[in-house]
Amino acid sequence: MDPFVEHQLALTRRELLGRTGYGIGTAALAGLLNRDGFADDSKKTGKPNDGAATPRRVGGLPNVPHFPAKAKRVIYLFMNGGPTHVDLFDWKPKLQELHGKPLPEGYADNKRFSTMTGNAQGKLMLAPVEPFQQHGASGAWVSSFMPHTARIVDDLCFVKSMHTDAVNHAPAISFLLSGAQLPGRPTLGAWMSYGLGSETEELPAYVALTSVSKGTSCGQIFYEFYWGSGFLPSRYQGVKFRGGNEPVLYLSNPAGMTPPVKRDMLDDIAELNRQKLGVTGDPEISTRIAQYEMAYRMQTSVPELADFANEPKEVLESYGPQVLEPGSFARNCLMARRLIERGSRCVQLMHAGWDQHNSLTTELYNQCRDTDQPSAALVQDLKRLGLLDDTLVIWGGEFGRTPFIQGKLDDRPRWGRDHHPYAFTTWMAGGGVKPGITFGASDDLGINAVIDPVHVHDFQATIMHLLGIDHTRLTYRFQGRDFRLTDVHGNVVSQILA
Amino acid sequence: MRWWNGLILAFLLPVVAAPVRAEERRVSFNRDVRPILSDTCYLCHGPDEGSRQAGLRLDLPEQAIRPTESGKVAIVAGMPGMSELVRRVMSQDPAEQMPPPKSLKTLTNEQRELLRLWIAQGARFDKHWSLEPLERPSITAGTHPIDALVQRKLASLGIKPSPRAARDTLLRRVTLDLTGLPPTPAERDRFLADNSPDAYANLVDRLLASEAYGERMTWDWLEAARYSDSNGYQGDGDRTMWPWRDWVVQSYNRNLSFRDFTIWQLAGDLLPSESFEQRLATGFLRNHPINGEGGRIAEENRIDYVMDMTETTGTVWLGMTVNCCRCHDHKFDSLTQRDYYSLFAFFNQTPVDGGGGNPQTPPILAVPTAAQKHRLEELDRERELLAKSVNTRRAELTKTRAAWEASELAKAAVDVWVSLAPATAQADHQTLKIQEDRTILASGENPPRDNYAISAPAVGEVITAIRLDSIRHPSMTNGGLARSDSGNFVLTDFEVHVRDAESKTMTRIPFKAAVATFEQGGFPASQAIDSDPNSGWAVWNGKSFDRDHAAVFRLATPLRPKPGDVLVFSLKHQSPHAAHNIGLFRLSVSSAPEPGLESSRQNLREALHVAAAARTPEQTKLVDTAFFSSDAMLAEQTASLQKIEASLEALRKELPKVMVMEDRPERRPTFVLEKGLYNKPLQEVTMALPASLVSAETRSKSTGPTAPTNRLALANWLVDDQNSLTPRVTVNRYWQMFFGIGLVKTAEDFGAQGEYPVHPELLDWLACELRDSGGDIKRLIRTIVTSETYCQSSHLTPEMAERDPDNRLLARGSRFRMPSWMIRDEILAASGILVTNVGGPPVRPYQPDGVWEEATFGGRRYTVDPGEGRYRRSLYTFWRRIVGPTMFFDTPSRSVCSVKPTRTNTPLQSLALLNDPTYVDAARHLAQQLREQKLTAEERIRRIYLRVLGREPTASEQTVLQSGVQRRQALYAADLNAARQIANVSADDTSVDPADQAAWISACLAVFNLDETVTRE
Repeated sequence: MDPFVEHQLALTRRELLGRTGYGIGTAALAGLLNRDGFADDSKKTGKPNDGAATPRRVGGLPNVPHFPAKAKRVIYLFMNGGPTHVDLFDWKPKLQELHGKPLPEGYADNKRFSTMTGNAQGKLMLAPVEPFQQHGASGAWVSSFMPHTARIVDDLCFVKSMHTDAVNHAPAISFLLSGAQLPGRPTLGAWMSYGLGSETEELPAYVALTSVSKGTSCGQIFYEFYWGSGFLPSRYQGVKFRGGNEPVLYLSNPAGMTPPVKRDMLDDIAELNRQKLGVTGDPEISTRIAQYEMAYRMQTSVPELADFANEPKEVLESYGPQVLEPGSFARNCLMARRLIERGSRCVQLMHAGWDQHNSLTTELYNQCRDTDQPSAALVQDLKRLGLLDDTLVIWGGEFGRTPFIQGKLDDRPRWGRDHHPYAFTTWMAGGGVKPGITFGASDDLGINAVIDPVHVHDFQATIMHLLGIDHTRLTYRFQGRDFRLTDVHGNVVSQILA
Repeated sequence: MRWWNGLILAFLLPVVAAPVRAEERRVSFNRDVRPILSDTCYLCHGPDEGSRQAGLRLDLPEQAIRPTESGKVAIVAGMPGMSELVRRVMSQDPAEQMPPPKSLKTLTNEQRELLRLWIAQGARFDKHWSLEPLERPSITAGTHPIDALVQRKLASLGIKPSPRAARDTLLRRVTLDLTGLPPTPAERDRFLADNSPDAYANLVDRLLASEAYGERMTWDWLEAARYSDSNGYQGDGDRTMWPWRDWVVQSYNRNLSFRDFTIWQLAGDLLPSESFEQRLATGFLRNHPINGEGGRIAEENRIDYVMDMTETTGTVWLGMTVNCCRCHDHKFDSLTQRDYYSLFAFFNQTPVDGGGGNPQTPPILAVPTAAQKHRLEELDRERELLAKSVNTRRAELTKTRAAWEASELAKAAVDVWVSLAPATAQADHQTLKIQEDRTILASGENPPRDNYAISAPAVGEVITAIRLDSIRHPSMTNGGLARSDSGNFVLTDFEVHVRDAESKTMTRIPFKAAVATFEQGGFPASQAIDSDPNSGWAVWNGKSFDRDHAAVFRLATPLRPKPGDVLVFSLKHQSPHAAHNIGLFRLSVSSAPEPGLESSRQNLREALHVAAAARTPEQTKLVDTAFFSSDAMLAEQTASLQKIEASLEALRKELPKVMVMEDRPERRPTFVLEKGLYNKPLQEVTMALPASLVSAETRSKSTGPTAPTNRLALANWLVDDQNSLTPRVTVNRYWQMFFGIGLVKTAEDFGAQGEYPVHPELLDWLACELRDSGGDIKRLIRTIVTSETYCQSSHLTPEMAERDPDNRLLARGSRFRMPSWMIRDEILAASGILVTNVGGPPVRPYQPDGVWEEATFGGRRYTVDPGEGRYRRSLYTFWRRIVGPTMFFDTPSRSVCSVKPTRTNTPLQSLALLNDPTYVDAARHLAQQLREQKLTAEERIRRIYLRVLGREPTASEQTVLQSGVQRRQALYAADLNAARQIANVSADDTSVDPADQAAWISACLAVFNLDETVTRE
């Protein structure tokens, strides 16, 4: 970097840090520069650190983390559509017994379901569509649809008493990720990058990746507010990486704009901007200079991120046959690992297609086939690299599915289950969570969370806690009110902390 | 961040307010005290009764001085020593301290001192400043009122205003601000040459009169109105609200008063003599998202929509965060949950029921474009003419009618369909019984799949078609057609063979077509003859069967059976829909050339037998139709008439339909909803203006028989002279447009938690201007931009960078990054490829491939418009709510009302500006024009600067760019393919030097990406 710019930037930065009130643009500059060694030559190579995450931090609030963190990063394997807890992890022998019999009284009286179910009274119970077995030293019950997950149960913490407030997809997903059913609040990853900053300046702190199983009939739309920053400044918004070879919009040079020309042109832009800075004295212009340099670096670092050429063959294979298919869940899992290795703070993988209203016997298998192996491989791969200790992996959806049937008992090909908010299962791994345990339980039919219920806000509070954040203290003032992820609720589930 | 807090206070106090020093300082309740109380105390001692502690309420003076539950008195005016409040905030004891440590709120020493001082000075409570009646501040004659007020404040702080900006800077600033476009070099020449004292005022008038002005103003309004070209949510159906958007552009351009702008959009449909335009304006309220997700409860949706209307109105006109009161009384402002639902009641009269995701949910208004309107009128005229000739011809024909009827009666002697007498009927699983009326009935256990084989002697000389009747029967599900779950069947294949009387050989008879009385979606009759066991014919229409059904299978060539030949039928039911087997059926054959399903021939014959006077209306119609169609001329005329009617119908369907407002005839009761839940109604409320926001006079006028009864009353109150809040909120938004930040920074919140204005008198003066001019928006804007305050240079001195980095005091012109849409328009205009057509359906400029497809699983495809659509103003870009246009950064998602711009800088924005093909097109176009004019390098750079930045380049800028062009020429000369690609020059075109052209394109792109280009300064 030109010594003059370096000097300018350093100067501006010192000025900035030396005062307390600054405008949006200068705050952004602080965000861009608030770390040591900005002009450090080693950063110009665009090469990631080998394996271990960089300890250096970009941005974030000075008092966050509030206490030592167990987890530095989160990979959220978000299963859109509501995975069926009673067919996958929440083993209920009584469902087998009551198969085809009406729902007994006292389980779901006056409870609200989607209009597809209406009143639950008289609905017929449906046994799990696949057999379960116990696995590992922890003896966790897992459906035979999930053979790979079954092998890593001793690394997982199952929470079987999750419950939520919402009964439809978009509101329930928004509730889980942002603490509010209506769009407009910051999501978990946005809070994380706002509070904790990033550990990379070449890649976004918060990335969303999406996928859907081929041939699924029940995919849900991915709304941008699922990774939105709500009222937080938009730089905290998740950047959605796309499936193909250009994960970031507008990343490629236009046809005929060669890298040497681009570099040369950017040098002119920087020089002209410096001259302007000299005339007007607006520190915003320094931000602009830094902004263009970062953009240039992203053009190298992002394609490098998406290039799996140096991954060992056995690692690639462990993620399953789809690992090289753009837009597949398997590829996204490996991308997630590569992102957090390079310092991203939160990677949110969203996989749609769990909404089996009438395709339990036909599509649940595909759904598991596409997600089971990559999810398990990701946990093991992180463990292999020593990253699991401070990376929290979460697997789960926005709600569960009704233990009773949607459809006709004599029409097996069309068996289904409706949305079920009153009990569902999520698992977590790494990042300061006790491995090999099951926490909480639903009743004997999987209808209500009865033992140690974990509400969505409790779950969020717990994730924040693992990140070293007191969920009541990470707030943002908007429309005159201090908002936080957990609204005015949430208790940390301390029993699952390692 | 609030300016009185902690460190910021220490930093800003020297500028904004005098520091708290001794007793001499006069404390202002609104400026100094309310923010502290609101921020730290109201949560537990404020308006919300539900969370009030210790019986202490600090937002109302009469309650704050009363003894609390403990008997102590929080505030004793004039006696801080007697006031419990002072004791508690000063206390160091965690058990006593206020605010309590667990609240995570703290007071600074300055804040404690302010509270003490305020009580010492009499603890005067003022009405919240934004609700105080508007009074026009007095101004010394001779100066521009804005300057008088700003300079009064600056003088008191010992700050000098900045000098006027350079003329070309000012020209670019005001042109961008008022039109969203840069000044052209010709406009610049004209302005710089105009030395008259009115030059600037005339410029402003010209800009305000341009069509681009309305387009510029509209973008912000679309964000407030959460305008989108699609519904949002699952499905995200495309809507056609754009005629409303065009109405907004026109309204700004003809300077519709803010009064009418308000009333028409909120209640145009309720005006006594409502016009088309006033109804169209109400589309404002209907711009909310529509949720068509399956399984959603309609009423829950409906409540969401009404809440959205309520809150949007609250934010836009009242600057109040009314949404806080959905679930509870407001924590900071004197708004109750009851107020919320009383406001909600105005909008709750919508006839919309919330069901489904129709993007044109009635009530709607069809709004033809000019071309469509013309075509409609044309077709109407043609239809009238034809209808007249049809009537004339019919009258002429009356005399031949009797003869026609007689001959028809003779002709119609033969029955079209002859039923077959089955000889055998067998199914793989069920029992088939041949009944006396020649029908066949299936019984026995109903299997998932079954095949039937029927044989029957062939009859007649020739067979052209076979008819299969499916007849309802009590033994079928719900008395329907089959014993499946719904009573529906799926006939996967229907075949017929003829068995030769002598040789006994079987010959398959091919079909050419199949028609049916009804075909279920995805199950047409043609699928019963496609030999595909996975497809078939079915007739479910979603409700139980109230009629029989039939299909006609037409033979590819007519069959001429010999005596003794036997027809062998095969009916297959192999669908994955289990047990969908036909229950009761009959087979018939016809010899007519094109026999149809309708039994109309038979009916006609019956009708002809009845004397004309005794016929039923249906019979009369049947005979009439047959008679009229027998006349070639009339038939032709009728056909043309039908064609025109069909065209009219099609055109009407095509017309953009704008969702508008209406109230349903019967009043819908409104209830307070517990926690805002649609199914938890509490007490009933009626329409009412929020009590704490209306003046005493208005309140007395709006009770009893004069209580407001509809949205019109609400809209009228918003623009009533007595309402001081709306004009303050409104002028602040306009100010924000031209200074980047409002006089009140929290444009969306004028309540207790909103910012106290830095220039309160200026805000009030502007609000009075708006009110007293009858809501003249152009006049307001002209007043703002002709002030010296606006015209100051934006250069930042180190001193002011320290004292007032955000330019809240207005001692300089403001400098801020333009909204992304304006940057795009600026570059398109500067390079000469902007297409300036105003209005019309949304367009689709460049967007990276697959963005919509990925978001919708391929459900929505984005196709870049050919030609003009790529280069229209940003305003017209199609806005898909679930995935907004990718080229605009820092824009709200348009899911909810948004009135405050965000301005951030991320590398992703730089990537968009550097790499979006739109800007490459623009650079190429500009570079080509420069080349064609055969200019020197210096002159080319000069032209680029004049067009993009509206100024001459400096010598050092010339040097940077000229040497840059040379370097990149060399780079491209070594890589001619790349040069040809970016310059879009083919290899055999020798008229252009590709390396030179490409280097100049890079120079244009460099200038497009300068800080100055994206900044309005």
